Amino acid sequence: MNLTLKIWRQKDRQTRGEFVTCQARDIIPDMSFLEMLDVVNEDLMKAGHEAFAFDSDCREGICGTCSLVINGIPHGGQKGTTACQLHMRHFHDGQTITVEPWRAQAFPVLRDLVVDRSAFDRIIASGGFVSVNTGGAPDGNAIPISKVDADRAMDAAACIGCGACVAACKNASAMLFVAAKISHLGLLPQGQTERYQRVVKMVDTMDHEGFGACSVTGACEAVCPKQISLDFIGQLNRDYLRGSLKP
Amino acid sequence: MKLDARIPSGPLDKKWEKCLLEMKLVNPANKRKFEVIVVGTGLAGASAAASMAELGYGVKSFCFQESPRRAHSIAAQGGINAAKNYQNDGDSVDRLFYDTIKGGDFRAREANVYRLAQTSVKIIDQCVAQGVPFAREYGGLLANRSFGGAQVSRTFYARGQTGQQLLMGAYQALERQIGLGNVTMYPRTEMLDLVLVDGHAKGIVVRNLVTGEVSSHSADAVILATGGYGNVFYLSTNAVRCNVTAIWRAYKRGALMANPCYTQIHPTCIPVSGDHQSKLTLMSESLRNDGRIWVPKQPGDKRPSAQIPENERDYFLERKYPTYGNLAPRDISSRAAKEACDDGRGVGPGGLGVYLDFSDAIKRLGESKIRERYDNLFVMYERITGENAYKVPMRIYPAVHYTMGGLWVDYHLMSNIPGLFVLGEANFSDHGANRLGASALMQGLADGYFVAPYTVGNYFASNSVSRPATNHPEFTKVQEEVKQRTQKLLSIRGKRTPASFHRELGKLMWNNCGMARTDASLQLNLEKIPELREEFWKNVTVTGENNSLNQSLEEAGRVADFLEFGELTSRDALERKESCGCHFRTEFQTPEGEAQRDDANFAYVAAWEYRGENQAPVLHKEPLVYDELKMSQRSYK
Amino acid sequence: MNTCSFLFRTSLGKKYIMALTGLGLVVFVVLHLLGNLQFFLGREAINRYGHFLHSTPELLWGSRLGLLALVGLHLWAAIRLSIENRAARPVGYDRNKPMGSTYASRTMLMSGLIIAFFAIYHLLHFTVQVPVVNLRGTDFRLLVDQAQRHDVYQMMVTGFENPAVTVFYLVGVGLLCLHLSHGVSSLFQSLGLRTGKYSPLIKRLGCVISVVLLIGYWSIPLSVLLGLKK
Repeated sequence: MNLTLKIWRQKDRQTRGEFVTCQARDIIPDMSFLEMLDVVNEDLMKAGHEAFAFDSDCREGICGTCSLVINGIPHGGQKGTTACQLHMRHFHDGQTITVEPWRAQAFPVLRDLVVDRSAFDRIIASGGFVSVNTGGAPDGNAIPISKVDADRAMDAAACIGCGACVAACKNASAMLFVAAKISHLGLLPQGQTERYQRVVKMVDTMDHEGFGACSVTGACEAVCPKQISLDFIGQLNRDYLRGSLKP
Repeated sequence: MKLDARIPSGPLDKKWEKCLLEMKLVNPANKRKFEVIVVGTGLAGASAAASMAELGYGVKSFCFQESPRRAHSIAAQGGINAAKNYQNDGDSVDRLFYDTIKGGDFRAREANVYRLAQTSVKIIDQCVAQGVPFAREYGGLLANRSFGGAQVSRTFYARGQTGQQLLMGAYQALERQIGLGNVTMYPRTEMLDLVLVDGHAKGIVVRNLVTGEVSSHSADAVILATGGYGNVFYLSTNAVRCNVTAIWRAYKRGALMANPCYTQIHPTCIPVSGDHQSKLTLMSESLRNDGRIWVPKQPGDKRPSAQIPENERDYFLERKYPTYGNLAPRDISSRAAKEACDDGRGVGPGGLGVYLDFSDAIKRLGESKIRERYDNLFVMYERITGENAYKVPMRIYPAVHYTMGGLWVDYHLMSNIPGLFVLGEANFSDHGANRLGASALMQGLADGYFVAPYTVGNYFASNSVSRPATNHPEFTKVQEEVKQRTQKLLSIRGKRTPASFHRELGKLMWNNCGMARTDASLQLNLEKIPELREEFWKNVTVTGENNSLNQSLEEAGRVADFLEFGELTSRDALERKESCGCHFRTEFQTPEGEAQRDDANFAYVAAWEYRGENQAPVLHKEPLVYDELKMSQRSYK
Repeated sequence: MNTCSFLFRTSLGKKYIMALTGLGLVVFVVLHLLGNLQFFLGREAINRYGHFLHSTPELLWGSRLGLLALVGLHLWAAIRLSIENRAARPVGYDRNKPMGSTYASRTMLMSGLIIAFFAIYHLLHFTVQVPVVNLRGTDFRLLVDQAQRHDVYQMMVTGFENPAVTVFYLVGVGLLCLHLSHGVSSLFQSLGLRTGKYSPLIKRLGCVISVVLLIGYWSIPLSVLLGLKK
């Protein structure tokens, strides 16, 4: 099939970007969306033009690198699916597809469709961990953890840090990302000692990085490729209140 | 060159203890004076960087990805082995050691593997303390499952995302040290060369992938934890940007490359759907418990699967290996599928696939039971292929998955270049000719948390601080070479894209140095790959500029290195005139089609030394001595 | 005081202010409705209620000042947050296809601001009783019943006899209920009370409260407009 692509072009962080239109020819429905972009890029390069820069790596939906807003929806709108696992059979011949980068103050565009998500790393660095040095850990079975808690912690820990939640939120809020980490560590006994300092530090960093606030619209949950629940944000709100009121 | 593996004397189970006791220590107050560079932030790299920073050393960490959390360790699904014996099924350090050596077809170093088994128990404790949400039993204790090549349940897991969770643990430990100012992190920064001063590894030259700036970093030691080279086959289960560049540049600076021909092919992957395909996706091996593998009996039979009657189907694994049937070992299953497709009996687009049919199991157990067991895999299969595997058989095909070879290291995980340490998949040390499932995560974390922090410290203590400035002539020289190479790639302005060369190389490697290799096919590679390389340097097109984010430039540099590396891999495979583990030379097989080892002549580690452009590399042999175990014919029957 | 500075400093703090003031305002809206519904009990009941309120100024002015503070804080936090939220996305999307969010949730600021204007009109209409805004030319201040109390009943009937005024009232209340359909469940979320097994229940609570309020508030003007109450 043949498609018309309206893709964001931006030289670097400082330069203003714009949409450019190009054609994707002879696309096979079995291609993934990123493989379709590979084809477009190879055609451009063969003609001596620059390829569109876009981030991707594992291409199996776990590394969280790919970051495309496709027709207005981060990752393209297939339930629980990253852009790398989105296949062209969900599009039809002759369709025009708009491709944009994540848009947020905290995620500046580096080039074309590539954004800088290091703000997420800085949020984790400010408290998203359990402070244990290597060595000296007690036996893995020393503290039993109920299966329910372990499973729930795993639900939160499934976050791949792709930033689709930020991209989808009308406020570019990172609450779902922060909530997933807070809940993952907060649900496990190992995370208890630093539970309340952690949440205060991470929220402060989140604000400092320029993410917006949560309006509880649920857009983040809807686009999350790992279907992280909005309920975890409730947990974050609760923990932060307690953490802030602690003397 | 004499290869000294520095294996401590004494009984096997006391070697590591003895080694630790004999190591020199760095005074706590002096630790901050030493700096170490860690390249790569996967399980091995992140854990090493965090652990070294915790000890007080200065650490600089580099990754080409946008964040340390994106490293490809994240994609590991199954689990991590540890000799905990929590299941009371008779597991022990010795048994894990034995299984790993046997799984590796007696081509791994005894002492290293034993240490790995000993360390495995501490890894689980460490990860639990970090908050890794391992699966639990209802009583609250850790759950285990069994994995290939073992008769005990010793695999710890976190759903199908064990690699992700372990990496998050290591990443969080690393981020904590970054936050504390003990680690300086350089994301989107690719190592393009290694710098030696007076024969010691003293730094690296890197390119900032956003600005294109090439710069030098010096340190007292360099750790490479840059993963495997599976992408030399173009299509593999690796992430698309996994590459050989870091270890290849170290090789060209004098580090020995060991056993590059040991590459593992996983039998159950989703087949290639066309030339556009950029990567292959692994499907859990557990599917073979209930699926039956078959192809049509007639070559060229293009009928849909449902129209092929029972008596015209060839259940080739059940036919060839009646005892094991569809559960035959990985390498055997992979080769059998390849043979069927080579006969023209493959199914699906391009004829590269075999059916994995669940219809019998669905009839026997009901669809709900199959759904309960494998639904996530069926969903993933449908997402990629658009086919409902409850209605039509799945199509699967083998794919490159892991590389056991890598830079040669001694017992201290130091290469033959003093001060250059290599961890994880990037080194060759622990898996011999074949890796067992759930052992890669174990090795990465053992190296990073529990081996390198000690052995690098010992290296520091044995050598005084002598960090050269980055304006040292050696740095200036290497930096200039890196810049010239980048410029050269940009100036060719030919007709073919880097990816088209990569695809062609991949086909050569897959066809001639893949699941089954022959003298002739490998000779062909030694002829074709240099030709392709020559064309690359004349006809590649790299658009864009050097001083900005330029993904085609990055890709071209990596492909250029693969084009050199592929030749060495083929040479190594040609030289090893035996079959062992994943290295299957068609000429050397038992009457049953099993790998036929030649212990008299090939019980060694092949370590290749670079001798310059257009010169044949020199082979060094490190003999493998088995004191504890007796080499035997591997049999899983 | 220092311990509470986070309320004004951080995004979550401002959300707590939104939630707590919102909760206060919801309570007022419910009580106000209960008071108004005495309209259906007849002239005597509602006039007595009005007289009671006006004869206890400490209660009346206490709640008025409290309400003013709640509204002020609610508005301040909403505007601060909106400014910060806009700043978080300086460049918007070319195509924006909202997924998973309700219309109410995306338009909270707009519905809130319109409700504020409606409230001002409503105050001028029935509280300050400025004659020009009721479009009937009647001075509500002069309405008295037989017991010489202010005739609240007559004021409501006269006030809602003009279709334009009534429609504006219906729209205003409609927007309020739209606002609350998201606001009520969302305030539980902001306070961290919407977790666990009660989560789905609380999500529904918002809609239920809105519908009940809508029916209650609409019933008065509609009964007047349809001539059921004279």
